[in-house]
Amino acid sequence: MDFSLSDEQKAILEVVEEVCEKEFAPQSSEISEKGEFPLQNIKKLAELDLFGITIPEEYGGSGMDLLTWVLVSERISKACATTGLIFGANLLCTYPLLRFGTEEQKKKFLPPLARGESLGAFALTEPEAGSDAGNVQTTAKKDKDGYILNGNKIFITNGEVADTYIVIANMDKKRGARGLTAFIVEKGREGFSFGQHFNKMGLSALPNVELIFNNCKVPLENLLYKEKRGFRVAMETFAAGRIGVGIGALGVAEAAFEKAKEYSKERVQFGKPISSFEAVQHMLADMATKIEASKNLLYYAAWLLDRGKPFEKFASMGKLYASETAMEVSIKAVQIFGGYGYMKDYPVERYMREAKLFEIIEGTSEIQRGIIANFVLKE
Amino acid sequence: MEIIVCIKQVPDTEELHKVKINSETRTLIREGIKNIINPFDENAIEEALRLREKIGGRVTVISMGPPQAETSLRKALAMGVDRAILLSDKSFAGSDTLATSYTLAMAIKKLGKFDLILSGKQAIDGDTAQVGPGLAEWLNLPQITYARKIEVNEKKIRAERTLEDSFELVESPLPALITVTKEINEPRYPSLKGVLRARKEKIIIWTAKDLKINEKRTGLEGSATRVIKVFTPPSPSGGEIISGETSKVAENLIKKLEEHRII
Ligand SMILES: Cc1cc2nc3c(=O)[nH]c(=O)nc-3n(C[C@H](O)[C@H](O)[C@H](O)COP(=O)(O)OP(=O)(O)OC[C@H]3O[C@@H](n4cnc5c(N)ncnc54)[C@H](O)[C@@H]3O)c2cc1C
Repeated sequence: MDFSLSDEQKAILEVVEEVCEKEFAPQSSEISEKGEFPLQNIKKLAELDLFGITIPEEYGGSGMDLLTWVLVSERISKACATTGLIFGANLLCTYPLLRFGTEEQKKKFLPPLARGESLGAFALTEPEAGSDAGNVQTTAKKDKDGYILNGNKIFITNGEVADTYIVIANMDKKRGARGLTAFIVEKGREGFSFGQHFNKMGLSALPNVELIFNNCKVPLENLLYKEKRGFRVAMETFAAGRIGVGIGALGVAEAAFEKAKEYSKERVQFGKPISSFEAVQHMLADMATKIEASKNLLYYAAWLLDRGKPFEKFASMGKLYASETAMEVSIKAVQIFGGYGYMKDYPVERYMREAKLFEIIEGTSEIQRGIIANFVLKE
Repeated sequence: MEIIVCIKQVPDTEELHKVKINSETRTLIREGIKNIINPFDENAIEEALRLREKIGGRVTVISMGPPQAETSLRKALAMGVDRAILLSDKSFAGSDTLATSYTLAMAIKKLGKFDLILSGKQAIDGDTAQVGPGLAEWLNLPQITYARKIEVNEKKIRAERTLEDSFELVESPLPALITVTKEINEPRYPSLKGVLRARKEKIIIWTAKDLKINEKRTGLEGSATRVIKVFTPPSPSGGEIISGETSKVAENLIKKLEEHRII
């Protein structure tokens, strides 16, 4: 078992860490306070070629593995969860394009995504279809030279800022999930517009937008994979995407832990730093242990995926564990900060609000437990 | 345009408080300290890359230093320079600014034709600001120091030279040597593709033999200066406040200055 990073990975992380520390972290509270899309961060990620990590060189990327993406994404999320989620949502577009796209589709859509000139998004969720992903009501009707899409998607990350959308619609409602079909829809297509911008508990700078399809015509060549095989596209994208969501949660947990640890050494009560009290020490010990456990699950899932081995169970475990860890760690971080932790002057209350999201997206914790139980009961 | 950038590897500014001095050799103890490219030299690299992007050409970085200076050259390659040369030889150790500028000059002569040499205004460890000007002297070149802006057209270069409370606009024919300040630009971060490319590239290493140099002019032997003592100056203490009527204060002050034979 080899846990060492390659020299290439180390060299890349050195640059990423510097950028995160100098450019992203100092801005992250302000970005969230103002709720402004962090365009300057996205430009920086593009300049550094980070959007193309997992995209092969022939499509304008660097052709590296998902583990490298994971290591980078962890650092970005630790410095700025908003930026990490934008980066992560992008993978939900590039991953299915790479996995299911035709040569023409890859040549057309991947290079601008790899260069970070355009962003990607993945749209499944609807008012009636959340955990019950098969219950998609958006319809796709075939006509002679394409498909006509009708319906609404909600909460879509990178909505409006993205140029390339993977959209799940139903071609045959009677067949439920077996009618689902995936399409590549470009921004600017007639009949495709944006509705509500959702107001959230945290991460206010992250775009989460309603997509509206009103007789939106999509050409035949924008069908992703096969007709009525969209459920598979969605499920495989979610499986890999869970590693990405888990790593976002891990980043938040690491940031909260670090702040709490530093604070506990500085804050003096009863004449001693609070880190000398066993109750605080035990909190820190639990936080650190769960962070390491999450990290190992997620790295392992990415490592398996990179080797073409079944990774799905570990991706779900990693996502579940990392998101619950982020929640627990950020709550404890607030506790360690005491009254100051409840104040907006310190970032730990923000981490708490950010952490909650990870227990919900890409399959709630309940859904993850269901998936994991399915795996283990079959084994 | 052939541009040469001279860079130095120095201990990280943020870790400078950790740097200790070996009291016997009077040199820095570098173990355990992260090394970086001298920040002003990063500005010089950035300026060279911008010039190349604008008018084409080639950028070569040169560094004299121990083998570990390779990491700084690799970062320069990742930022986008075309070639990196390390001047490394045991006999170069202990060089002062005279010997260093001589060694760099010999390497540049070996390289042949060039249009412009850039470097940072000074290194943050030694703070002498002498190597750039020294190099210009060895190569018999015009020099413009402390440039905060440069412009190249045809065979001429124009630079804004930072002075204490103003700037000078200086023009020089090419080839020339320019040292730059922090204000000149914001150095780029190396991109992922740059990092990957840099890992595959070879760093050229030249020793004393390769440079065909007069060894009496390099290293300790070629150094005109010796560091006798390195110490942290005690913070000034005492001091005296003269107060009262202005004219009396002035009188008093003059008396004191005369007493101390200052005037
Ligand atoms: C900030 C944000 C960003 C998002 N980004 C995207 C995006 O980019 N693309 C996209 O398609 N979607 C996105 N979503 C949607 C997200 O994936 C869904 O909200 C999530 O899957 C849950 O669906 P739901 O909200 O409909 O909740 P519901 O499915 O209604 O769940 C409500 C509760 O019921 C529980 N529950 C439901 N079914 C079961 C069951 N079978 N067993 C046990 N418990 C169950 C759930 O666990 C949960 O606790 C985003 C959401 C948010 C908040």
